[in-house]
Amino acid sequence: MFSPLNIRLGFFLAIRALRRASLWTTGLIIFVMVLTFLNLVVVSGILVGLIQGAVDAVRVSYTGDVIVTPLNDKNYIENSANLIALVKTLNEVDVLSARYREGGILEANYKTRKEGDKANTAAGQIVGIDPADEQALTGIADGIVEGSFLTEGDYDQVVLGHYLLKQYLPIESPAFSTLENVGIGSKIRLKVGNVTREVTVKGIIKTKVDEVSLSVFMVDSQMRSLIGRSDGNVDEIAMKLKPGVEPASVRDTLKRSGVDRYAKVQTYEDAQPQFLKDIIETFNLLGNVFSSIGLVVASITIFIVIFINALTRRKYIGILKGIGIDGKAIEFSYVFQSIFYALLGSVIGLVLVYAILVPMFAAHPIDFPFSDGILVAPLDQTLFRVGLLVFSTLIAGYIPAWMIIRKNTLDSILGRN
Amino acid sequence: MIETRQLEKTFKNGDVLTPVLKGIDFKVREGEWIAIMGRSGAGKSTFLYQISLLDDPTKGEVIIDGHDTHTMTAQEKMNFRLSKFGFVFQDYALLPELTALENVALPLLMQGLGKAEGYAIAKKELERAGLGARINSIPSRLSGGEQQRVSIVRAVAHRPKVLFADEPTANLDNDSSRRIMEIFTELHRAGQTLIMVTHEEQYAKLAGRIVHLDDGKIVGTTG
Repeated sequence: MFSPLNIRLGFFLAIRALRRASLWTTGLIIFVMVLTFLNLVVVSGILVGLIQGAVDAVRVSYTGDVIVTPLNDKNYIENSANLIALVKTLNEVDVLSARYREGGILEANYKTRKEGDKANTAAGQIVGIDPADEQALTGIADGIVEGSFLTEGDYDQVVLGHYLLKQYLPIESPAFSTLENVGIGSKIRLKVGNVTREVTVKGIIKTKVDEVSLSVFMVDSQMRSLIGRSDGNVDEIAMKLKPGVEPASVRDTLKRSGVDRYAKVQTYEDAQPQFLKDIIETFNLLGNVFSSIGLVVASITIFIVIFINALTRRKYIGILKGIGIDGKAIEFSYVFQSIFYALLGSVIGLVLVYAILVPMFAAHPIDFPFSDGILVAPLDQTLFRVGLLVFSTLIAGYIPAWMIIRKNTLDSILGRN
Repeated sequence: MIETRQLEKTFKNGDVLTPVLKGIDFKVREGEWIAIMGRSGAGKSTFLYQISLLDDPTKGEVIIDGHDTHTMTAQEKMNFRLSKFGFVFQDYALLPELTALENVALPLLMQGLGKAEGYAIAKKELERAGLGARINSIPSRLSGGEQQRVSIVRAVAHRPKVLFADEPTANLDNDSSRRIMEIFTELHRAGQTLIMVTHEEQYAKLAGRIVHLDDGKIVGTTG
């Protein structure tokens, strides 16, 4: 039944059928296969890419590859100076940025506010940074849309995340307030704990990362005095690793050094909020649903194509059987043809995805409010989908061939039903 | 070599039964050339299909080389047809996507011959039939006569014991028909057993024996 002879002969027949088939028909079938492949890979890839874009943005603009934060019951990272010194000794670490971070209230237009008027305030995170280190780590200055970024000596000057300003986030919500009529050069009040200080807006930064867009950046030396911290302990240490270094390996190295006794060490993936992981999982599921529908459509297409092909060639199938060609060899020929369509469609799809679409989406991401959507297409998953497509096509090609071939030989030759 | 005993074939269409063969006793000896004649609907082709194992009789026996074919499975019949029979159909029945060479080589490959060997035999046989220049042509590029000659070469390339031909000249002009009959004559002289259905008396006369069928029965034998 599955003899090498039948397989060899099936291949022989398939090659010749394909070689002498109508170019239009072959082209159309392969086109359907390419579309199916793209549906399998690109739809879910973009869905996941929306979130992956957000994850990547958080990694680039905030966490770096590895981030150290205070333990849950601590206000800051204890023993920060030693930890920073330790991190600096690690060859795998390219740059690091130590940050101070405290919640604060911002108030604008307080000088012109009349008695009884509602205060123009917004809540945000006040982040103290070394501007050069932060720029090296996150390229934060690239996000400046108005004014300019901080330099080392910028005292009483801040850069505001754009979500804190009404002109950038025009929403009216009692739960979320923004500053009105604030721009470059505006004076605002910063209140951190019991300390209030008047600062000037030097720049406005716009990103798709909430940790940046809802923050107020100032130089670390002033932040230390603002929060009254002189022990050198910081609230975050974010680090970027050298190319090719696995974040998990550095995390583990730090943990082995005992850092996790006084701080939380996480890779950027560990630091992802659970809801983001849940969304990725949900989008994956949605992608699989869409892919499955695509797979069924492709299978039905191949089924119809092969069925019509086998039906119109029923007489020849009958003749082949009549002269003694095993029905299995004829079935194999249809299976090989189906595999050819699926493989060629997949190869063209692979080229389109990896040579055109992935680089194109990377260069020109889809502009979503919360992320720059990219196309995520891990090769192993893509190859798995190619396997799925080939397998379902194989089945879809085999069934109609089997249905026609099992008909009575003479009825097929004479075209009787 | 081939013997039928009380062979009957009845077609059923819903509740309607149409008896086409009504108890045929028939014998073919090795090396014979038999022409089966009869008017339209006499059962000539149906009879040919029964004795060539392309169809199963409703009743009676078909015995080939002592084998009662009634007990054979479909696969065994297929193998039997492949190794022992050759078929020439009225409409040539060549596979349109295969060249003349590939059409002839196909049954040889199915018999387990390697590609080189199968192609070599097919080429030699086509050249012998005067088709050496057309071996790489697909059927649509061949004339009707050439297609039928390719079909005959395909049928005999594996040296079958019996060659069955169902109205082989029905679609051909006189010249092509004569050429086909010359080939059959050569094959017969070489010892090939031939059973041919035809309605053309001039070609039937070339056979050693003419079997006349009417209304599903043998009504006469000439020769």
